[in-house]
Amino acid sequence: MRRAWELLKVQLKASALLALQYRLDFALDLVIGLFWTVSAVLPLFIVYGGTAKQGVPGWAFGETLVVVACFITLQAVIDGAISPSLTSVLDHVRKGTFDFVLLKPHDAQLLVSTARFQFWRAAGLVHAAIVFGLAFRELGRGPTTTGVVTAAVLLLMATALLYSLWLLIVSVSFFAVKVDNLSNLFASLFDAARWPKTVFRGVFRVVFTFVIPLVVMTTFPAEALLGRLSWASLLGAIAGTLAFVLAARLVWLLSLRRYTSAGG
Amino acid sequence: MSVRAIPTLLKVGFAEAAAYRAEMVVWVLSTTMPLVMMLLWTSIAEVSPVQGAAGAQWGSSAFVGYFLCVFIVRQLVSAWAAWEINYEVRQGTLALRLLRPLHPLIHYACSNLAYLPLRTLVTLPVAIFLVVTHREALSGDWRHWLLFPVAVLGAWLINFLVNVSAGALAFTVESSLRVMDLWLALFFVFSGYLVPLEFFPAWLREVADWLPWRYVLALPVELMTGRAPFEVALGLLARQLAWVLGLGTVAAVLWGRGVTKFQAFGG
Repeated sequence: MRRAWELLKVQLKASALLALQYRLDFALDLVIGLFWTVSAVLPLFIVYGGTAKQGVPGWAFGETLVVVACFITLQAVIDGAISPSLTSVLDHVRKGTFDFVLLKPHDAQLLVSTARFQFWRAAGLVHAAIVFGLAFRELGRGPTTTGVVTAAVLLLMATALLYSLWLLIVSVSFFAVKVDNLSNLFASLFDAARWPKTVFRGVFRVVFTFVIPLVVMTTFPAEALLGRLSWASLLGAIAGTLAFVLAARLVWLLSLRRYTSAGG
Repeated sequence: MSVRAIPTLLKVGFAEAAAYRAEMVVWVLSTTMPLVMMLLWTSIAEVSPVQGAAGAQWGSSAFVGYFLCVFIVRQLVSAWAAWEINYEVRQGTLALRLLRPLHPLIHYACSNLAYLPLRTLVTLPVAIFLVVTHREALSGDWRHWLLFPVAVLGAWLINFLVNVSAGALAFTVESSLRVMDLWLALFFVFSGYLVPLEFFPAWLREVADWLPWRYVLALPVELMTGRAPFEVALGLLARQLAWVLGLGTVAAVLWGRGVTKFQAFGG
């Protein structure tokens, strides 16, 4: 455990040095991040305002804003901590340099998962905080303490789920090498999570709750903050997440055993 | 000379597209955003039809039609030369292209266009579904369909020229691909990709009419759905042409300036 902690510190430091090297990029990325947040929130204003004057059935404007804020939070986590490593490991697999990672005297999963962080994405968390603030001002009431705690737990679960999905993608890359754009697929699938669950009906609801649990990731924490998540849903989400994480680890280990190097 | 090379270039590009077909399908799958927006809007419209501009009523079938058209058009007009140019400038392999008796931009254009047959094939099931089940959401005016290929060509040209401009920036700036990120973020908002432009407040619609993104996506889509009256569509096509010419000039200037600075670092 202590060794893992040491490794994490080294990896974080390497990423920080890299970030400091490209300072102009940092500034540009901050601006672009702002544009992405605006593009996530703007459709909402048109759905609820504009000429349409309607909204997602059963969700008031402020309530949907809470979902969008959860979405922006998780988006920042993906772009800052999950996606950069994914890109780098897919690159390793394609070029055959993944062998060198495997040779290192550490758990390979830990090594590839912490390979790269993009700290400026933390700005997304600030954006999310602003949207949360706007949402609760619109609602005219704050969340309860229980609500905040459960929402925090659920967002942690969502991060674990996203990470596990990511691990599954990397496992696929061992068999189908030319999948470097799978990271794009991953990102665009997640885009569906920005709307409350009522948007998805029928088979989509089932898929987005149980197969690719987008509903669990953003609607559940939002409902917790709004104080209307049932205990059964909370327990189900936690149990489901733990099962998903274990399954992903298992698939990773099995795939690793069948990994045949591409390089050499 | 260079004109005779184009069929060969297209053939090579097509072979490449066929070789990386799985990769292309993943790309297509990663543009599913219009389908998500379709789910959102139909769930709203099912409660009661949404009031568009000029009193038009949008039922859920109108939204299905609109967003399936958006999905199809996005596949047909996409360009990615910026990434190719950026990569070749970084690696220095652009030097080899410059030695050939053929303008590199012709190569990039051909390699983008060569993907069209396969991309069309992928969108075909969607198109058939659209025609069979939501014919009422499509335009019944043949003049719209006459303009449609022109609008698609114009949209692709705008996309391609912006790609070339951003790629040409790679000669001088290190983070030129950030320009494409910015372009894409604005595209999401102003092109009708997430929200039909009709639902914008009037002043914002006016702004969108002056910006390029509307002509990359919304114009061809509105021709398909027949939402733009023929005379209005002609005016919009003229503005699209203006954008093509303007961006063409920008691309030519940036490329011409950049290439003189090229030092072929690397191999």
